[in-house]
Amino acid sequence: MATPSATADSPRPAPAVAVRSGRNVELLLALAAVAIVVFGYVEVGVNIDGRAPSDAALYGAALGGLALAAHGVIRWKARYADPLLLPIALLLNGIGLVVIYRLDRSTPESQVAPNQLLWSALGVLLCLAVIVVLRDHRILQRYAYIGALVALVLLILPIFFPPIYGSRIWITIGPFSLQPGEFAKILLAVFFAAYLAVHRETLALTGRRIWRWELPRLRVIGPVLLVWAAFVGVLFLETDLGTSLLFFGLMVVMLYVATARSGWITLGLLLAAVGAVTVGWLEPHVHSRVVDWLNPLGSIAAGQGANQIAQSLFAFGAGGLLGAGLGLGHSLLIGFAAKSDFILATIGEELGLVGLLALLLLYALLVSRGISTGIALRDPFGRLLAIGLAALIAIQVFVVAGGVLDLIPLTGLTLPFIAQGGSSVVTNWIIIALLVRMSDLARRPLPTEEA
Amino acid sequence: MARSNKLQRRHGISVTGRRAGLFCLLLIIALAVQATRIQVFQAKAYDDNAANQRQAIARYSQPRGNILVGATPVTGSAPTGGRYDYKRTYPDGSLYAAVTGYSSQIYGNTQLEGTEDSLLSGTDNRLAGWALWDEISRKQNPGGDVYTTISQAAQQAAMQGLGNQKGAVAAIEPSTGRILALASTPSYDPGSFAGSSSSDQNAWNALQADGDQPMLNRALRQTYPPGSTFKVVTAAAALANGTVSDINAPTGAPSPYVLPGTTTPLVNDTSSCDQPNLSLDTSMVLSCNSVLGYLGARTGLDKMVSMAENFGFNDPKLDIPVRAARSNFDTSMDQSQVALSSIGQYDTAATPLVMAMVAAGVANNGTVMYPQLVDKLTKSDGSSVQVMHPSTYKQAVSPAVAGQLQQLMVDVVQNGTGRNARIGGATVGGKTGTAQHGVGNSGTPYAWFISWAKPSGSGAVAPVAVAVVIADSNATDVTGGGLAAPIAKSVMQAVLQDH
Repeated sequence: MATPSATADSPRPAPAVAVRSGRNVELLLALAAVAIVVFGYVEVGVNIDGRAPSDAALYGAALGGLALAAHGVIRWKARYADPLLLPIALLLNGIGLVVIYRLDRSTPESQVAPNQLLWSALGVLLCLAVIVVLRDHRILQRYAYIGALVALVLLILPIFFPPIYGSRIWITIGPFSLQPGEFAKILLAVFFAAYLAVHRETLALTGRRIWRWELPRLRVIGPVLLVWAAFVGVLFLETDLGTSLLFFGLMVVMLYVATARSGWITLGLLLAAVGAVTVGWLEPHVHSRVVDWLNPLGSIAAGQGANQIAQSLFAFGAGGLLGAGLGLGHSLLIGFAAKSDFILATIGEELGLVGLLALLLLYALLVSRGISTGIALRDPFGRLLAIGLAALIAIQVFVVAGGVLDLIPLTGLTLPFIAQGGSSVVTNWIIIALLVRMSDLARRPLPTEEA
Repeated sequence: MARSNKLQRRHGISVTGRRAGLFCLLLIIALAVQATRIQVFQAKAYDDNAANQRQAIARYSQPRGNILVGATPVTGSAPTGGRYDYKRTYPDGSLYAAVTGYSSQIYGNTQLEGTEDSLLSGTDNRLAGWALWDEISRKQNPGGDVYTTISQAAQQAAMQGLGNQKGAVAAIEPSTGRILALASTPSYDPGSFAGSSSSDQNAWNALQADGDQPMLNRALRQTYPPGSTFKVVTAAAALANGTVSDINAPTGAPSPYVLPGTTTPLVNDTSSCDQPNLSLDTSMVLSCNSVLGYLGARTGLDKMVSMAENFGFNDPKLDIPVRAARSNFDTSMDQSQVALSSIGQYDTAATPLVMAMVAAGVANNGTVMYPQLVDKLTKSDGSSVQVMHPSTYKQAVSPAVAGQLQQLMVDVVQNGTGRNARIGGATVGGKTGTAQHGVGNSGTPYAWFISWAKPSGSGAVAPVAVAVVIADSNATDVTGGGLAAPIAKSVMQAVLQDH
């Protein structure tokens, strides 16, 4: 539509509707996130030592600098990106650092916050690098297959390394340990999105009809199932139940979104139920977790004291509505994994139900921004990828939080951005980068004749 | 064309994506619901679960309030450096163990440490300044202090007197019911297992395995047949009910006295008792079983039960505030059993505390005061939370009868079996008891003495009444007068000097 210039002194026609980039909102929210995190850091110091940590100002400045840099890069390279993504990620990551620092204070023998801070900074930088380098997400479609192969290799690697806590999911090189399953999940989402974007109509519409069921052609569905089976097979060998569940949920959700066949969901739930019962029955490691889930206080009745789940429930209960205050809880009673899988229990104990619900709200917001990005995009690959990445976050939060809240059996996953774990925090920042990149495209105003 | 129609019917990604979003939202809502369930509705149950260490951690995060004797704390708190910040200490543990009980991180709290636990640990609502604000700010109140009625001098005299014999002492201020001494031997150090280390556990296990039961509070929690000391109660019942009106008049008691409905005579320890018609006073001075048995049976079951209960028998909830064991006087017996019970045998059993109440009731002109161990409760800043007021337990006998009973007891000490309790410059009344014990009397007899004392010529109520029992001694002559009376004497002397 051609817009004639309204006044003589206006060299260019004004757009009919002013498009808000949201960058100022993002800046404001990012600084607010930094302020909340610094406040939490000070609270830990005040509650434990009676005074603010001496490096609070420095810490705040560094975090603020990182936030400003990230904001600057987004303003420069992804002007129309969703303004909530960066602040939410900053806030979640910051809360995680504060809680890990707080737990460090109670475990003088294990200081992990500095390392986590390093990984977080690296995650932000990688996020920015992806935003700068990846100018259009559709490029990823080309590397989907090779990506899947790399992911599989990454997953297989830990088999050659010693198990930690019964699971072979880490690669340890010197002081560093990586959890390749974390990186693999992005590559798998990219593969599913790419494959389903191409084959969704065939999958949805063709196939042999058996009674009321229309089965998709094996030729088409085969590769998806094969790749997924390979992944889950490897994970099963490594007894990484959480990631298996995550990948399974991801596949079911993406198949449904792509094909709109609710049969996938029915089939998925059925398979999940059969799989869960079988594994829960046969695998002693899993079986004990199912037993703990059904009867979290059973070990107390049996005279063996409170197990991890019971301790976790005690921590949540102790937090009550308002929480004990950062630094004033006793969630270390949970024992090992207090900084990773069970970090939510500390949040529940020290920030209370109010803090926990606020946290869940942040995740819900983040997920909903991912889903809207997907819906707003026009290319099927981007749509599936954005929805897939959002679903990844939601499922992961559900699996780990549901585990520590005794809603489902404990499987062992990290709470995105919050829990200790370098691979995890870096991966999640890359997911943010992809969502920023895609939302920029989704929200960018259509080119008009004025250009 | 058909295909795309079908696809249209099947919805596009906008619709399925929205549904996927809804699904994700449901997952997070499920988490929120579960969190609410745990943190709001189940929180109380989890907080109170015994396996949850939080309450214990909170409890030991600050020094515990103290138990005081006079103005001196007999307890303390020491930092541990462990998971529990503080543990209980007892500067002179074994001396006051029967008073304080113990407060152990593993084994809980007993006696005063137990009954006053909420005050000592700071959880008592009465310690809060602004209850609502404290609740919101989660402020923990510092523990309050418990002031006991114990007299340091009397307690030391009791423990020294008992020495390494097995026994107990209870001393009461008759006019108020204040407990002046509460001693039980062998004693133990409650501080030896106050913490949670393995040495604490070893100390506890050793005490548990000790056949002498050092942790048994014999003054409060153990009953013994009171033997002849019970004759004071029988005399009270006989006088109050008119069975006897003049303590020096002949009672009409036969000799020998055959237990009603049997052919068994009730025998006496001394032949001086073996004559008919002895007076009540002579019978008490000589501790004649036959006369007192006869008088008890004549007074009758109901009146004997009623009088025993006036002095604290058959009370299952005698709380000082630590609960004393129930002292027993059967309520359903035949006449021969009443006669035996009236001399403190058969099923009659009493704690030293209740026997001290008997002596105190007599000394207090017939009014038995409720025995109390706590003088006042204060906040950590010393302001009172609760102050003890003397309260009447029962009006056991009239002042006139009490006067007669006092005369009987004074005569026992002056002329009879209680001579060992005589104190220069003081009027002392007492009654000895030597109760048989064990199958066929195979065990060492229990040696009893109950008494009271006041300065000579004083018209006031005696400031101290005592009951002493020696359950096991190496002495050859085990009699109340020989073993127990000297201990009672030293306790009474301590109080009189303090007075």
